[in-house]
Amino acid sequence: MSKLLWNDNEWSFDKLKIAEDAIAEIAFEELNLDVYPNQIEIISSDQMLDAYSSHGMPLMYNHWSFGKHFLRDQHSYNKGYSGLAYEIVINSNPCISYLMEENSMTMQALVIAHAAFGHNHFFKNNYLFRQWTDAESIIDYLSFAKKYILQCEEKYGAEIVERTLDACHAIMDYGVDRYKRPVKINKQRELDQQKEREKYVQQQANDLWRTLPKSKKNVKADVDEDDKQFPADAQENIMYFIEKHSPSLKSWQREIVRIVRKIAQYFYPQRQTKLMNEGWASFTHYFIMNRLWEKGQISDGAYLEFIHSHSGVLTQRNYDSKHYSGFNPYALGFAMYTDIRRISSEPTREDEEFFPHMVGKPWLENCLDAVKNYRDESFVSQFLSPSLMRKWGLFEINNESFRNYVSIDSIQDHAGYNRIRQTLSQQYSMSNHQPDIQIVNANLKGSRELTLQYTERNQFKLHSSSTSAVVKHIQYLWGYSVNIEEVIVL
Amino acid sequence: MSTIIDRRLNPKDKTINNRRKFIERSKAQIKDRVKDLINSGNIADIENGKAKIKVKGTSEPSFRIDPKTGNKKYVMPGNDKFVVGDTEKKPQGESASGGSGGGTDGEDDDFEFILNQDEYLDFIFEDLELPDLVKKQVKDVTKIQMKRAGYINVGNPSQLDIVRSLKNSLGRRISLNRPKNEDIEKIQEELKKAEEENNLVLVEELELKLAELRRRQTSVPWLDPFDIRYRNFVPTPQPITQAVMFCVLDVSGSMGEREKDLAKRFFFLLHMFLHRKYEKVDIVFIRHHTEATEVDEHDFFYSVESGGTIVSSALKLTKKIIDERYNQNDWNIYVAQSSDGDNFSNDEDETLNSMYNLLPLVQYFAYVEISPENTFSTGNRSTDLWSTYQELVNDYKNLNIKQVKVIVDIWKVFQDLFSKDHAHV
Repeated sequence: MSKLLWNDNEWSFDKLKIAEDAIAEIAFEELNLDVYPNQIEIISSDQMLDAYSSHGMPLMYNHWSFGKHFLRDQHSYNKGYSGLAYEIVINSNPCISYLMEENSMTMQALVIAHAAFGHNHFFKNNYLFRQWTDAESIIDYLSFAKKYILQCEEKYGAEIVERTLDACHAIMDYGVDRYKRPVKINKQRELDQQKEREKYVQQQANDLWRTLPKSKKNVKADVDEDDKQFPADAQENIMYFIEKHSPSLKSWQREIVRIVRKIAQYFYPQRQTKLMNEGWASFTHYFIMNRLWEKGQISDGAYLEFIHSHSGVLTQRNYDSKHYSGFNPYALGFAMYTDIRRISSEPTREDEEFFPHMVGKPWLENCLDAVKNYRDESFVSQFLSPSLMRKWGLFEINNESFRNYVSIDSIQDHAGYNRIRQTLSQQYSMSNHQPDIQIVNANLKGSRELTLQYTERNQFKLHSSSTSAVVKHIQYLWGYSVNIEEVIVL
Repeated sequence: MSTIIDRRLNPKDKTINNRRKFIERSKAQIKDRVKDLINSGNIADIENGKAKIKVKGTSEPSFRIDPKTGNKKYVMPGNDKFVVGDTEKKPQGESASGGSGGGTDGEDDDFEFILNQDEYLDFIFEDLELPDLVKKQVKDVTKIQMKRAGYINVGNPSQLDIVRSLKNSLGRRISLNRPKNEDIEKIQEELKKAEEENNLVLVEELELKLAELRRRQTSVPWLDPFDIRYRNFVPTPQPITQAVMFCVLDVSGSMGEREKDLAKRFFFLLHMFLHRKYEKVDIVFIRHHTEATEVDEHDFFYSVESGGTIVSSALKLTKKIIDERYNQNDWNIYVAQSSDGDNFSNDEDETLNSMYNLLPLVQYFAYVEISPENTFSTGNRSTDLWSTYQELVNDYKNLNIKQVKVIVDIWKVFQDLFSKDHAHV
């Protein structure tokens, strides 16, 4: 009797269930994956476009920028400039994966392995996600946010709500305390606390309270306070600072700042683990699909279709290709996990020298450990092997803005390994993509001017027109003048 | 531990609100742009139902690095020839930024997108209104639909509302204190008991009570004709939701490509406009030189004819088709005529007569005269047909005549014909 899970390539709900069971068996028994319960949803391409425009989330508050993204995506999809993703997966519990109805059965199986098991495991286990996001409550929180913003539009007018959201979106990248553990979010608690905060914060921000006579005991201490700089330390979480200290925001606006900040925080780990996350999902689907084939559960035809699509997605162009657009996170991530497997099971002398801690341990343990405890930056600096650097022909380029040529600083040889690894790791560091801007002073007692500071490194300048646009947005939220000063670190 | 859900039937267009917000935000710009498109004669865009619109001021700024600055170090894949120390000239217009996610796309302030047909037409026809639309609907309505309107006491059995009737009956029974069957049964039982016990006093008492209850039960009926309610239906006039548009085009020798093109644009705008106002729009194409024929769309615009012009022939044919196919009680009738204004001089009386017959039937008669491009006179050049129609304009409010010289005029003329002030004279 044939062990094939499906015979013809049209998917059906029954076949999806059978495939999912077979995939789960391999995922749990052979890969030791630990996942949230899966919720697999079949959607049409129109719905996929809808989901695209709002960060892939199933629900989102309304804002014109999402409409703009939708128009852009729809345009490029209709014109055939870009295809649609096969899936979207959401870091929630249960873990929601969207599958396109256009996919063939083989593709659906591939996507289930990739998203519902690969990504899902990553979401549940990676330390950044565990620390920064709360899969249990995100959907509830989004529904709270959507409702709250809708209410604000009704109460205060769509225009001012839009203005506030515009400003929040401009500083969305600056809404995270990188060194503090955020408190988990919870819908009911949010609702209760939101009422309380509304009252309390409004009192605090109202300067009138300051004019109340003070008890004698405190007068002396207060004089010293006046001379102190506020905030005492530079604040990198601009959104949080504005939410708590802006002298002009209405309480509902503070709540909106908070909502945008919370949502930005939810996406924060995703931006730092793109390489690892996509790599792991690709590694998972590759392993599972191969096992299905080896066990005789999928046909040779289905296997070929899988290989075709797998290698399509995992193509890495070389530097001299006209299609080159940086590293393909799927390809590099997949190559690195595959390499970890190789180093663990068949180490060379070189590997033993570079990765003594991995040699001799089961490959799966090493892979799962990487998934759990690293982000892109540290993943590269820890696991990029000389053998992979040679295979990929990695080389380091030095591009100084004042020269009209670039120079090659390192290539894939013994002298270059460490430097390439370090530079590539930096390439994945957030600080490399996001200018270092912090709040250094808020003159709450006098002019109420807010001072930001940009720390310039390696002669990277701020983009002037977009910077002044963002400063205007901050000014709107702060209510008083905002300036930005630059310091240079050599 | 897993669920598979079919979401395909969930509504799409979840982002429709966001899209509307975005369009609202750029409304002024889009409006200008749409006007430009029409004035530049790019009506083909409307025909495809889509318009490419470019707007400014929709960038979403964030703090970012100017890609032209900085000393970058980055890693690239695929080294096939370099050794340490090699140099390469930077490519012209260099934007080779550091690896993944580096490609910051400069100012993305110009955002180009496609307005869909509905949105586009909303902008185009925003300030326009069909003349006499409302009046006609009320006045000439013959299409009647029965609509529910509450309850009445009289009616035929098929309209009987049982629930409502029983509610009334119940209310009445309660208020008049009609004895329930259970009450009677209870007394009957007590009576039986009393008989068994031979308690004659009680038996008599109970028998009296029973008789009284029975009497009351018959005097207060369970269901009284008074309770009965019927669903009420009242005839409601239905607005006519279909329109027919007659396109009358002069194809005599004097009408060249340019004239036909202008006419076509005009007809097209009118067609789109009617489509937005009515559920169903029929178009009848009539072309004429010395005699008129009904043709299909292709022949209407593309086949070549020559010869003289007898306008009345087309008007008569229009009248005939209306009589045969378009009952004026069921249809809103529009006539758009386009010509260069030539007419046989001895056709004038016939033309006037035909118009007297035709005008009372139609909602609106728009005549657009295509003037030669090279006439510099700004006033109305008096052609044969123009002066004929001029006589009618004062008596018939549903007749409107305009002259068009170049493409740009088309939109203006169209606006004049259907501007909102105009519509309610």
